[in-house]
Amino acid sequence: MSDAIATLQEVAAAPRMRVRIFARSRTAGRSRAAYALAAPALILMLMMLLGPLAGVIALSLTDYQLGAPSFSWIGLSNYQEMFADRVFWISLKNTLTYVAIVVPGAVALGLGVALLIQSGTGLRSLYRTVYFLPVMATLIAMAIVWEFMLHPQFGLVNGLLRAAGLQGHSWLQDRDTALYSLCVIGIWQATGFNMVLFLAGLVSIPKHLYDAAEIDGAESAWARFRLVTWPMLAPVTLFVVAISAIRSFQVFDTVQVLTKGGPSKSSEVLIYTMYTEGFEFFRSGYGAAVTVVFLGFVLSLTLLKSVLGRREVHYA
Amino acid sequence: MAEIGIRALHKAFDGADVLKGVDLTIENGEFISLVGPSGCGKSTLLRIIAGLEPQSSGEIWIDGANADGVRPSARNLAMVFQSYALYPHLSVFDNIAVPLRMKRLSVLERMPLIGRLMPSLRRAERTIREDVERVAGQLEISSLLKRKPGQLSGGQRQRVAVGRAIVRQPRAFLFDEPLSNLDAKLRVHMRAEIAQLHRQLKTTFIYVTHDQAEAMTMSGRIAVMIGGELIQVGAPAAIYDDPSDIRVAEFIGTPKVNAFPARVRSDGRLEALGHVLHATTPSPAGECRVCVRPERIELGASGLLSGTVVHLENLGSEAFVHIGSAGMNAPVVARVNDPSQLPAIGAATSYGFAPEAIRAFDAGGKRIATSVPSRIERPREMAIV
Repeated sequence: MSDAIATLQEVAAAPRMRVRIFARSRTAGRSRAAYALAAPALILMLMMLLGPLAGVIALSLTDYQLGAPSFSWIGLSNYQEMFADRVFWISLKNTLTYVAIVVPGAVALGLGVALLIQSGTGLRSLYRTVYFLPVMATLIAMAIVWEFMLHPQFGLVNGLLRAAGLQGHSWLQDRDTALYSLCVIGIWQATGFNMVLFLAGLVSIPKHLYDAAEIDGAESAWARFRLVTWPMLAPVTLFVVAISAIRSFQVFDTVQVLTKGGPSKSSEVLIYTMYTEGFEFFRSGYGAAVTVVFLGFVLSLTLLKSVLGRREVHYA
Repeated sequence: MAEIGIRALHKAFDGADVLKGVDLTIENGEFISLVGPSGCGKSTLLRIIAGLEPQSSGEIWIDGANADGVRPSARNLAMVFQSYALYPHLSVFDNIAVPLRMKRLSVLERMPLIGRLMPSLRRAERTIREDVERVAGQLEISSLLKRKPGQLSGGQRQRVAVGRAIVRQPRAFLFDEPLSNLDAKLRVHMRAEIAQLHRQLKTTFIYVTHDQAEAMTMSGRIAVMIGGELIQVGAPAAIYDDPSDIRVAEFIGTPKVNAFPARVRSDGRLEALGHVLHATTPSPAGECRVCVRPERIELGASGLLSGTVVHLENLGSEAFVHIGSAGMNAPVVARVNDPSQLPAIGAATSYGFAPEAIRAFDAGGKRIATSVPSRIERPREMAIV
C-alpha cells in the first residue's frame, strides 16, 4: 500500500521535475533572444542619444577648435574660463529671466485661452486653429514678421501706439526692452501649444465632478475652478510647465534673427552664446562647456518634473 | 425635511421631448423611487429637481417655495451620483468637508495662504472636523479619513459619497443610481443600509434606479416612468399587484409577467389562446392582453392550457419553468416553490391560473377591470374552466 503511494508520488513528481529543467533552459534561451532583439534599439540609443551626450562632455574637457587637426585635454580649464567670463553670467541671467517670464506667461495664457474655448459653444475649432497657428509656423519666418511689426519707424506696434497718441519705442534696439520683446514673442509662440495640451486635459475632467461641486456649494466659476479644474489639471499643468521651461531654455531662433544677442549683450542667451563660441569663434571645447551647463539645467528640470509627478499629482 | 412638488414639468433636448408633463408631489420624509428603463427621463427629472438642469417648462416647488432660478446649493438638497463623483485629489476627510467648507467659510478663508491668517478659520475648522468625524463614525469610515478615493473599494467610495451628502443635513437626498457600479452582493447589502439610513434620518429620499428590485425593496412609494411620463405612482405592493398599464406590469417583477394574447368577447367574457376564461369585463369587445405573474401560474393536469417545457431555472429555493405554448411569442414562465418537483425539459405539461390572478389590458396597454362571476350563478361554466 505504502509502496503504491510512493510510486504514485514519484510519478506525480517526475513530470514536474522535467518541466522545471525544461523551463530553466527555456528561460536562458528566452533571455538571450530577448537581449538579441533589444540590442538594435539599445545600440541605437547609445549611439544617437547617450553617445553625443558623452561626446559633448568629453569635448568640454579639451581645447578642440572646429576643424583643428589635433586637440589636447585641458581638464576643467574651459569651465574655469567660463565661470570667470562676464558674458557667460549675463547670458545665464538673461536665459533665466526669459524662462521666468515666458513660462508663467505662456502657461497662464494657454490655460486662460483653453478655458475660454472650452466654456464657449460656437467656433471652437476656429479658435483652436487660430491660436495654434504660431506653433505650426516656422519661428524664424515669424521672427521676420515680428521684426517688421516692431520696427521703430514703420512697425505696426509703434503705428498703433502713435495712433493712440503714445510715443513709439525702438523695442529691439533698446537694451532695456530687447529681452522683454523677445519674451513677448516667446509667449505668443508657446501659448497655442500649451492651449492644446490644456484643452486635452479639460476634456478629460469628468462632467459629474462639476455637478458635485455645484451641489456642494461651489457657486462661483472661481470656486469650481479651485475645487475641480485646477487640481484635476495638475498632471497636465506640471507637464506643460516642464515642457515650456525646457523650450524656453532653448530659445535661439528669435535671438539669432532679431537681435544677435544685442544690443551690448542685453539679449544674449545660453544657446546663442554656445552658437557664437562654437560656430563663429570655432572654440568647440568652450562651446561644449556652455552646452553642458545648459544640459544640466534641462536635466534637473526633467528630474524635478518626474519627482513631482510621482509624488504630488498621482491620483489613480 | 422637505416636501417637493413637481408641476407640469417638460424638458426637451434639441427638440426631443425627454419629459412630457410630469406631475408629482413628494411628501415630507418620504422614500420615493423613480424607476423606469434607461432613457425614460428619470435621471433628467432628478437633475432638474437638483437644479443642475433647467426645465423647458413647468415648476419645481420645495417646501412651498418655487425653486426656479435657485442655485443647486441654495436648494439645500444633497445628491449621490452613480459614479460617486468624489474629488480624487482630496482625502476622504476633505471630500466630506467640502460642502461644509463651502457653506461656513468665506471666500477669503478658503484661500490657500491668506486663509491661514484669518483667526476665525481655526474655530470654523474645528466644528467642521467634529461634524465630519461624527458622520464618518455613523457610516463606519473613520479609519479611512486620511485616504484618497483612489485607494478605496467601490463600497467604501459609496459610503464616502453618502457621507458627503449627509454631513450638511440637507432638506432632501437625491440618489442617482448609486448602487449600479457595485457588485451584486454588495448592492443587496447597501440596499439595506440605505433603507436603514432613511429610517434614521427621516428625511425625504428621492431614489432613481432602473433596477426594479431596488425600488421594490427600499421605497415607500414607487413612481414608474416610461418614455418621459409618469405612468403610475403608488406603494410597491400596489404597483406590483395592481398595475395600471401593461408597461408597468412588464417592467416591475422578475421574471417578467406572462402576457397572453386575448380578446374580449361580445358577451364580456375574456378569451385567451382560444380558451374562454372564467372572468368578465365591462370593456367593449376587441383585442386585449391578459397578464399573469409567474407565481400565479399553476402547473398540473388540472390546467386549461398546455405546452412543452423548454427551459428550467433552478435557483435552489425556487425554480422557474419556461413553457413554450402554441400562439405565444415568448415562453410562459411559471414559478415552482419546490425545485425537487420539476418536470423534465421537453416534457409536455399543462398549466392554468386562477381567474383572480388575471390582470387584463386593452389594445392601448391600459388596464381594464375584470371580475370573477360568482360560481353559484353560473355553475355550467365550472366544467369549462
